[in-house]
Amino acid sequence: MDESILIKGTRDGLIVTLGDGPLDAVLAALEERLAARPAFFLGGRAAVKVLDRPLSPEDLHAIGAVFQRVGMSIWAVDGSHPATVESAGELGLETSLAAPVSREGPAQEPMSHRELPGIVVRRTLRAGQEIEYAGHVTLIGDVNPGAEVIAGGDVVVWGKLRGVVYAGALGDDSAVVCALQLAPGQIRIGSFIATPPDRARPPKAPEQASVQGGTIVVDRWDRGT
Amino acid sequence: MTATVVTVTSGKGGVGKTTVTANLGAALAMLGKQVVTIDADIGLRNLDMVLGLENRIVYDLVDVVEGRCRLRQALIRDKRLPDLHLLPAAQTRDKSAVTPAQMIEICDQLRPTADFVLVDSPAGIEQGFRNAVAPADQVLIVTTPEVSAVRDADRIVGLIEAEDKGSPLLIINRLNPQMVRRGQMLSMQDVLEILAIDLLGIIPEDKQVTVSTNQGAPVVLDGKHPAGQALRNIAGRLMGQEIPLMRLEPDGLFGRLARALGR
Repeated sequence: MDESILIKGTRDGLIVTLGDGPLDAVLAALEERLAARPAFFLGGRAAVKVLDRPLSPEDLHAIGAVFQRVGMSIWAVDGSHPATVESAGELGLETSLAAPVSREGPAQEPMSHRELPGIVVRRTLRAGQEIEYAGHVTLIGDVNPGAEVIAGGDVVVWGKLRGVVYAGALGDDSAVVCALQLAPGQIRIGSFIATPPDRARPPKAPEQASVQGGTIVVDRWDRGT
Repeated sequence: MTATVVTVTSGKGGVGKTTVTANLGAALAMLGKQVVTIDADIGLRNLDMVLGLENRIVYDLVDVVEGRCRLRQALIRDKRLPDLHLLPAAQTRDKSAVTPAQMIEICDQLRPTADFVLVDSPAGIEQGFRNAVAPADQVLIVTTPEVSAVRDADRIVGLIEAEDKGSPLLIINRLNPQMVRRGQMLSMQDVLEILAIDLLGIIPEDKQVTVSTNQGAPVVLDGKHPAGQALRNIAGRLMGQEIPLMRLEPDGLFGRLARALGR
């Protein structure tokens, strides 16, 4: 794997850092990284850190095109070179990750998680198997211990969820996880992570996990959201 | 005759694959079937010892594959059970000495003259496992009632299903009904709840298996031990696949086991 590209998921989406080297080579490496997990990146948004690299508007277009090819968009370019800042401004992109667009006005809301695409999977995931999808995942079957579901949106398991589950994997803390029997080994939502306590017996009623007040909380499903 | 190729595998090591293979081979031979057992654990051969045939090895699986002998020359016939044969593994090579295609070819050569070809798989999910599973018509998964063994068995089930080998059958080995009753061991239901595949049999924990294994005399040869009885039952069910037979209900089997154990 090329180390000139660093991809990090945050609650504001992905942060992609472009390292040193000729822009062509770096973009080729970026394209390879994104192409390796196409379904995962689809529909996501990214902020690009370019360090002190000077970039023209054409360069930024080229960078944007790479993301567009996997169905992603960029909302910010964070660089210290004045030329880069100017180019980003010309294209209407944010130039600082500290003030994400999504928090400034309703005009630039991030993609609502309700608009994400979804898939339905009708099988049991066994140990060592995983599903990775940038939208919502509905699984009709069990998620056995040692299996993983990673979704950009919500995860609904019509069965026993005993493996590892990661909802809102592109940084969406509002994602939820529901299961007929919610007993995951580890649960992650957005930027939060929890290991459920060992329960003497598995839950009898369907439950839903969500982030409330900075922690992952599990409620009975029928309380509604 | 067209042999059914049955591969015994588990993922985790030490759960009893080789013991199950040796005993099923012996039990099927006792029931009048022509049986060839193949040790696919190249480099760590054991099946010959458990069958008590170690000292009679001249050629092995790798010799056959590399053309140093004919397949018939490498087969060792068991003196106690003339219908039982062993194709031993090489001791000095590793799993890469054989390919899945070569395993399929060897089994195809054995098919016309045997009723059952039993392949003893090495532990793991690498090439040795792939070699062992490639020729299989039916895969048997051996697990013990332990979370680590069940986890690995689940992984194996996933891999077998992806290979389009049909659904594997499960053998739960070394179950201790007393410990299950005290809640100290996973029960048959616990294991089946995770794996969700058909159960071929349960073998109770039985010290005699260790004794027999060390002596190179499969426990099925001796009539009175519970593990031997369980293994003979499993052999009978395997034969039932040729004549479509109703699958034994897990509960019924468990009840019968409990009776066999006098509990």
